Amino acid sequence: MASRTLTRADLSEAVYRQVGLSRSESGELVEQVIGEICDAIVRGETVKLSSFATFQVRDKNERIGRNPKTGEEVPILPRRVMTFKASNVLKQRILDGHGAGGKKS
Amino acid sequence: MIKSELVQTIANRNPHLFQRDVDRIVNVVLEEISQALIQGDRVELRGFGAFSVKNRPARTGRNPRTGETVEVEEKWVPFFKAGKELRERLNAEKN
Repeated sequence: MASRTLTRADLSEAVYRQVGLSRSESGELVEQVIGEICDAIVRGETVKLSSFATFQVRDKNERIGRNPKTGEEVPILPRRVMTFKASNVLKQRILDGHGAGGKKS
Repeated sequence: MIKSELVQTIANRNPHLFQRDVDRIVNVVLEEISQALIQGDRVELRGFGAFSVKNRPARTGRNPRTGETVEVEEKWVPFFKAGKELRERLNAEKN
């Protein structure tokens, strides 16, 4: 199975075909959906999209890291990171799609 | 924010659209990403991040409680890597 990469263009094409808006409006709406999700994450909100995934923001404290090449200790500053947790529905669909087990036997 | 709130926000901003159309748009976007992952494709959305599927080979695991060995089947798990812009925005607002 040759792997390909989908982009915004593919998403707006899908909206164009399935919802029946104009091409330019489909693109604009896809942009708004992505933009709105990003903005909520940046505000620190948890974004829960049922049957798809949850995006969460976590605060990381400062810790001492080490440059693996030189062995030198460097402080890793406190920062905010995002976590992605796929829903069980999506995880199972991906397993099924790859012909994997995944079922309790 | 949950999906219905996302739909509501976008519907408010586009008063010429019916809410049920906005609902469909959000679902088409999420379903399109899901379908890509189910087929083993990647989805790359600049400014947001990239979705992909990672392979976890079969391994011999151990039940931590009983110490018993178990065969764990090969599996495929969805993965998301936040884009540079999103990572920068997450930290810019704090400082």
